[in-house]
Amino acid sequence: METIETKPKDYSHILGWGIDADPKNDPTYPIKNRTDRDGVPVEQKGYTWERPSQQPVDIEVLHSNERPNVSAVFGTSVPPSGLSGHIRRFAFRFSESEYGHWLPLLIADRVNVVEGIIDDLKQSRVPNIFAEKGMKADWKYNRQGLLRQALIGVVVTATVFAFLSRKKRPHKA
Amino acid sequence: MLAMNYRGPRRVRIDHKPMPTIKHPEDAIVRVTRSCICGSDLHLYNGNVPDTRVGMTFGHEFIGVVEEIGPEVHKVKVGDQVLVPFNIACGKCTFCQQGLYGNCHESNPQATAVGGIFGYSHTAGGYDGGQAEFVRVPYANFGPTVIPPEMDPDDAVLLTDVVPTGYQAAEMGGIQPGDTVVVFGAGPVGIMAARCAWLFGAGRVIVIDHVDYRLEFVRNYAPCEAYNFKEMDDPVLFIKKITDWLGADVCIDAVGAEAEGSALQTITGRKLLIQAGSATALHWAINSVKKGGIVSIVGVYGPTDNLVPIGNVVNKGITIRANQASVKRLLPRLIEHIQNGILNPKAMITHRVPLEEVAEAYNIFANKLDNCIKPVLIPSAKG
Repeated sequence: METIETKPKDYSHILGWGIDADPKNDPTYPIKNRTDRDGVPVEQKGYTWERPSQQPVDIEVLHSNERPNVSAVFGTSVPPSGLSGHIRRFAFRFSESEYGHWLPLLIADRVNVVEGIIDDLKQSRVPNIFAEKGMKADWKYNRQGLLRQALIGVVVTATVFAFLSRKKRPHKA
Repeated sequence: MLAMNYRGPRRVRIDHKPMPTIKHPEDAIVRVTRSCICGSDLHLYNGNVPDTRVGMTFGHEFIGVVEEIGPEVHKVKVGDQVLVPFNIACGKCTFCQQGLYGNCHESNPQATAVGGIFGYSHTAGGYDGGQAEFVRVPYANFGPTVIPPEMDPDDAVLLTDVVPTGYQAAEMGGIQPGDTVVVFGAGPVGIMAARCAWLFGAGRVIVIDHVDYRLEFVRNYAPCEAYNFKEMDDPVLFIKKITDWLGADVCIDAVGAEAEGSALQTITGRKLLIQAGSATALHWAINSVKKGGIVSIVGVYGPTDNLVPIGNVVNKGITIRANQASVKRLLPRLIEHIQNGILNPKAMITHRVPLEEVAEAYNIFANKLDNCIKPVLIPSAKG
């Protein structure tokens, strides 16, 4: 255990000490602007702001059932597809408050990993797991750990193989 | 273009992907010159964030040059060097109007609890991120900020997330002059939170982590006291003992879902995924803070539930303040601090890695190899 350091009393050695201290910083900041914005009262009426123009919805966008619409802009990274897409569509029947929403999404993510491997193979591309895990860095900076992991892998594989290929003893009559 | 491509938990690679295009009149296309891997990217990398789809490009901390703008963009022009806040904000909705730019309601159709974030799963809007040569940037009239000409690009890229998140962690602590502040986590955000706690007048800053090289760094950088929780039986008891048995005035959770230190939390939160990450740091923060104190949370957790001692929150009268950093709100002050030499973010950058070696960079950062604190990815096509 390290020695407990003495509490400093002079802060002059700490550049900028106290320059952003703000006695008005209370726990309501900045939500207090909800009803009062720079001294001007603000009335809240739900979806009344001037919405930005809508990005064309030209792909399938799953949207939370806790909102009435698709947000004005959205990402188009990976539209839902395949079995994982079906699971994701199912998940979006439930609100963000429900396990029925999040657990299927996690399952869909795992299914999607298998779909990704199948897609790679369809394109005659065998995923290079070692490269994708960045194991070159392990070889450079953590060689001992990498070799230990490899050794454990070999031992576990050999044990499983030996167990599965053992000869069954004949039952005594 | 080249882009990082997520293939599954702890599997990423560099691939050729189609160039991003303008999808909305207020979009811009930015050629990325630097992007970082964030600690919160590791939640995605480890497969802990629901709706992280195979084929997605991560990266919410990036700067670059505007290459193309949509017909309604007038605040930035082609050729501008911009830093892009990690949160995608319209600037018009009721939440943006309150300065809650991390909670925009017009950037994420998939979830109402979080605004859009670049490269952060479909739960955060489904946007491809900046660990690529090019990226689509929505609401270019609001988010992207032209980098001051004299600013170091390494400082600029850290202004997109790490610096504002660390600063807001301290700000949300409501630190009063002389307060004792405990920061859990000595990653880049924790380091910055510890540094910024002084700016708000903290009287004592303590950092708790288990990685010695990071503790050594923050001890000199903040500067502050820094302790390794693996060298103590009980971090909460330790903090009580060194704070006259009452606890800290402010505790900051700068760790989030990947926390170590509790077998129960690790197994349920990081291995079995039956809670939204390991809430060890938050648990310690709640139990280490003084009665009536403030717990500030910037560590990122998943959208489901976590095991935290909520009864102690009630019984101790703790105020909890939490949010994604409101980057755009904080930028003017933080740019000023960097220009005046008060903050020196780039000192946290330990690794500069070609984008092509993104898989190695993730491995180095995730496993804390080679004393890594903050890795920056640099596309070869940079200008």
